[in-house]
Amino acid sequence: MSGGVFDPQGPIALQERDLIIIAVSLMLLIAIPMLILLYTFAWKYRAGNKKAAYDPQHVGNALKQLTWWAIPAAIIAVIAVINWQSTHALDPYKPIVSGRPPLTIEVVALEWKWLFIYPAQGIATVNFIQFPEQTPIHFVLTADAPMSSFWIPQLGSQIYAMAAMETQLDLMASATGTYVGKDTEINGAGYSGMTFLARSTSQNDFNAWVASVKDSSNTLTVDEYKNTLLPPSENDPPAFYSSVDPYLFTAILTKYNAPSPTGTPMAFPGMQM
Amino acid sequence: MEKIMEKNDTHAFGFWVYLMTDIIIFGVLFAVYMVLRANTFGGPTSNDLFSLPTALVNTLVLLTSSFTCGLMTLAARKGKVNQTIAWLIATFALGATFLALELGEFSRFIAIGASWQRSAFLSSFFTLVGTHGLHIAVGLLWIIVAIVQLKLRGLTPGVTSKLTRFALFWHFLDIVWIFIFTTVYLMGML
Amino acid sequence: MEHFFLGDLTWSDLPHQWFTIGGTGAIIVGGIIVAAVITYFKRWTWLWKEWLTSTDPKKIGIMYIVMASLMLFRGGLDAIMIWIQQAISAGNAPGYLGAAHGYLDASHFQQIFTAHGDIMVFFVTMGFFFGIMNLIVPLQIGARDLAFPFLNSLGFWLYVAGAVFINMFFVVGGEFAASGWLSLPPLSEIQFSPGTGVDYWVWSLQISGLGSLLGGINFIVTILKMRVKGMKLMMMPLFTWTSLCSMVLVVASFPVLTITTLLLWFDRFFGMHFFTSGFGGNPMLYVNLIWMWGHPEVYILVIPAFGIFSEIVATFSGKKIFGYVSMVCSAIAITLLSFLVWLHHFFTMGAGADVDAFFGIMTGIIAIPTAAQIFNWIATMFRGRIRFTTPMMYFMGFVSLFTFGGMAGVLLSIPGADFELHNSLFLVAHFHTMIVSAALFGIFAGITYWFPKVFGFTLNEKIGRRAFWLWIVGFFMSFVPLYILGFLGATRRLDHYAASTGWQPFFIIAATGVCIIAAAVITQAWQVIVSIRDRRQNTDTTGDPWDGHTLEWATASPVPFYNFAKTPVVDGRDAFWEMKKRGERPGILPPDGYDDITLSKNTGMAIYLSGFVFLAAFGLVWHIIWLALLGIFGAIACVIIRSFDEDTEYVLPAAEVERLEKLAWKK
Repeated sequence: MSGGVFDPQGPIALQERDLIIIAVSLMLLIAIPMLILLYTFAWKYRAGNKKAAYDPQHVGNALKQLTWWAIPAAIIAVIAVINWQSTHALDPYKPIVSGRPPLTIEVVALEWKWLFIYPAQGIATVNFIQFPEQTPIHFVLTADAPMSSFWIPQLGSQIYAMAAMETQLDLMASATGTYVGKDTEINGAGYSGMTFLARSTSQNDFNAWVASVKDSSNTLTVDEYKNTLLPPSENDPPAFYSSVDPYLFTAILTKYNAPSPTGTPMAFPGMQM
Repeated sequence: MEKIMEKNDTHAFGFWVYLMTDIIIFGVLFAVYMVLRANTFGGPTSNDLFSLPTALVNTLVLLTSSFTCGLMTLAARKGKVNQTIAWLIATFALGATFLALELGEFSRFIAIGASWQRSAFLSSFFTLVGTHGLHIAVGLLWIIVAIVQLKLRGLTPGVTSKLTRFALFWHFLDIVWIFIFTTVYLMGML
Repeated sequence: MEHFFLGDLTWSDLPHQWFTIGGTGAIIVGGIIVAAVITYFKRWTWLWKEWLTSTDPKKIGIMYIVMASLMLFRGGLDAIMIWIQQAISAGNAPGYLGAAHGYLDASHFQQIFTAHGDIMVFFVTMGFFFGIMNLIVPLQIGARDLAFPFLNSLGFWLYVAGAVFINMFFVVGGEFAASGWLSLPPLSEIQFSPGTGVDYWVWSLQISGLGSLLGGINFIVTILKMRVKGMKLMMMPLFTWTSLCSMVLVVASFPVLTITTLLLWFDRFFGMHFFTSGFGGNPMLYVNLIWMWGHPEVYILVIPAFGIFSEIVATFSGKKIFGYVSMVCSAIAITLLSFLVWLHHFFTMGAGADVDAFFGIMTGIIAIPTAAQIFNWIATMFRGRIRFTTPMMYFMGFVSLFTFGGMAGVLLSIPGADFELHNSLFLVAHFHTMIVSAALFGIFAGITYWFPKVFGFTLNEKIGRRAFWLWIVGFFMSFVPLYILGFLGATRRLDHYAASTGWQPFFIIAATGVCIIAAAVITQAWQVIVSIRDRRQNTDTTGDPWDGHTLEWATASPVPFYNFAKTPVVDGRDAFWEMKKRGERPGILPPDGYDDITLSKNTGMAIYLSGFVFLAAFGLVWHIIWLALLGIFGAIACVIIRSFDEDTEYVLPAAEVERLEKLAWKK
């Protein structure tokens, strides 16, 4: 099953795949005997089989009934422990421990495309990200659109991107490769086309890519953002910006939050959102 | 007769269950208000708007109406039709006063630009207090219908049963208002 | 002036797309055919007097089931349209009918799955269950009627008004909500959904939700107050128990739905800011509130089915249910726990590991009482004499599917797994497995089981079993591919996807499966037609065709409108089974003769009231203020007029009861 949850390409996705396999195996421990009992009894006690015992008053006793509660309870208890541990281990906000410093990418869900801002590199892209392999990627997400959900199945966890709010997600790719990312939460007519490519490369290739983006002619100013990115559009091809207004992400995040004294949504100092 | 008693008992129980659903509705509105009350979006806050004297007068009026409603129940139990009607009229007058005061407060807020469109805080304020006010208005209508039925039929078992349920409803609204007074007005003025 | 009379309505809101013309045409043609048939057979008065204005829970129950069946066809058509679109919309192949992909444009596709979800949940599943409860609960507790017959009629007519309202967009407006079955903001706010679709959505839920709430109150009071003499709570049949649990959930959760969707509408209509992105609104608040209703709702849909299966397993195994107390406890446990798990619907919102893990573990805990129930059913089969009738086949299908659907559910309750499966087709496959196997199979089993009680003849077994196998095969073909697609990373609600994903074969298999399900539904309709044709051969003269356990089987089939000529006295569980063992046979003239019976009169008021509510909602959707006011004041007037009417009952004399009973048992 290539390209999906069972083809993990990073530590988070790998742990999540194993978690799925372990949990399903544990549950099969109870489900399989349950179904075997069901079909066995169905066959053995069918009305046509007069040889089988018939005991219409058999209603069980407290002990038997407690057993029926205890067996699933035991399995669920084990799963609960796994649940607690895995939830903390896989907390999307938890930084990934690695020898390399993390790369921060700011993500803005728009109608209906993804804007990615690399604050340290000073570049921005649309519907495409590139990052070095074996490097933790720290995503910081918001939206200037209806609620969306950011997901790269082969790298692991998804998280919502919501206007006026900031969420975080930490992922890492183990090797080089190209993975499909998508929105999973319906957010309007262009929902299905809101996919992007996530490319993991060597550090050198990444550096070269950043340099090439910096050479391109587009720049992402606030006006450019408002005029070309904010209006709804569907199935957008990747776009690259050699520079980006350093306050853009903060401005998007706060424009719904911090009102000016006159009551209109406030712009970041010096810019009118 | 036993059947009628049984039936009134069933009706009262059904009404209690209905009141439970209303409590849940108010519960959600309270929760929404608590979540949103700080979200003034640069507009007026509760401190800017609320006046404790107005809220206190409102509370007193409604508490008194609950008292007259109780007297109405007593009169009905004694079988005194005219007295019952008199206390219903008193309850109506107090309820109407309450409603008028509340609408006055609303229009004052709207006049200074603090309408429900101004901020999430004001949306939730108007909705919570307004929902209570709407219930009061329903209660007033109920009083009118009850008076007409009393005039036409006197204290028949059917009418008495409706009066009992009305009293439940009215006291319930009183309790809800106490919560509004504390969580909206008192806490909003702190 | 024009705006005063017509609100936001314009000529362009009349049908002009192929689907609105089709929908409107179907409504008009269907209406004309039905009206013509009724007129030809001169049945208008009969229909009005015997059915529409009836307060008899059995007639209301049948009307619920008829309406729910119609809506099942409607929602099923949506399902077929969804699968066909997904089967042909891979890549950039040219679309049909003016669509960029497949044959539906994105917005239309989104409206279809929104309508599909809402119709199946509110108007199919809930409609069927209210119908079955109306038919059976009063009989099981030995009552003649519900506590509030008028409210029962009103609840039904509000349900009908809501069902009609959700289809009104075909006729006026041309668009439904395109925001998913729960219409989460900010997408459903006026900023992103400026049309009337979301308003139609809100008001059809308001109207039908009010009906459900009235039904919930009515059944709670009925079950708690109107049980036959001697029947303690722990003697109630399990279907009555699970109905009670389900109705408690309705009463506790539907107010939340009502007020939450109303607040959304306040945002849209009055320009308030509860859930908007700006002005301090908080969309996450809506998500929390709607799931506080939404999770109990899924148990409202499955708990009554658990009760139906309990009755069926016990009856067809020829045994008492294994572990009655344990069954009751687990139903109550599920009821209570269902309020503590809502957050598992959005682990991916970033609530933090502690909160996520808490709600995940609570969700897992629900699996314990559920698994205990399954074990009890299996133990009931132990040392039984199992007759594999159609209802029992549905039970076998239910346990087989539900076990796997439940596993998928527990898997999704682990946040770490949910992060990879949330909003994928795996989730879609999970909840369809649960709802189809429990709710729908339960409904089919229950209808087959109680059909002779209500109509006096059994359904054709052979065709019934054929329908069951078509359902099973169709289900596997439709939903196993979805589990796989979920693991492959396919998200739900896609109107198109890249050809390079390799998903198309799976979507084609799923679409084939849905055709088999359609064949199953047609077979079921055929089963009913054939059974009516052959009713004389299949007549149930005993009143007890399956050797039942509970009081409903003590009456003649079909049940007389007064239910019990003499109300029985009960001193234990499985009351009727014990009576049979003691040799007490029903249908024999009681030694102390018959008594007069008080019954509730028919009334058309519920129809008028629902009509006014419908008008009010229509006026509010289209901003036609005078119409809204007319509807509101009309509805209030109906309530007041009804409150003056104290002559709501009539007496059936003992002699007439005797005559009817003799007639009923002579067959």
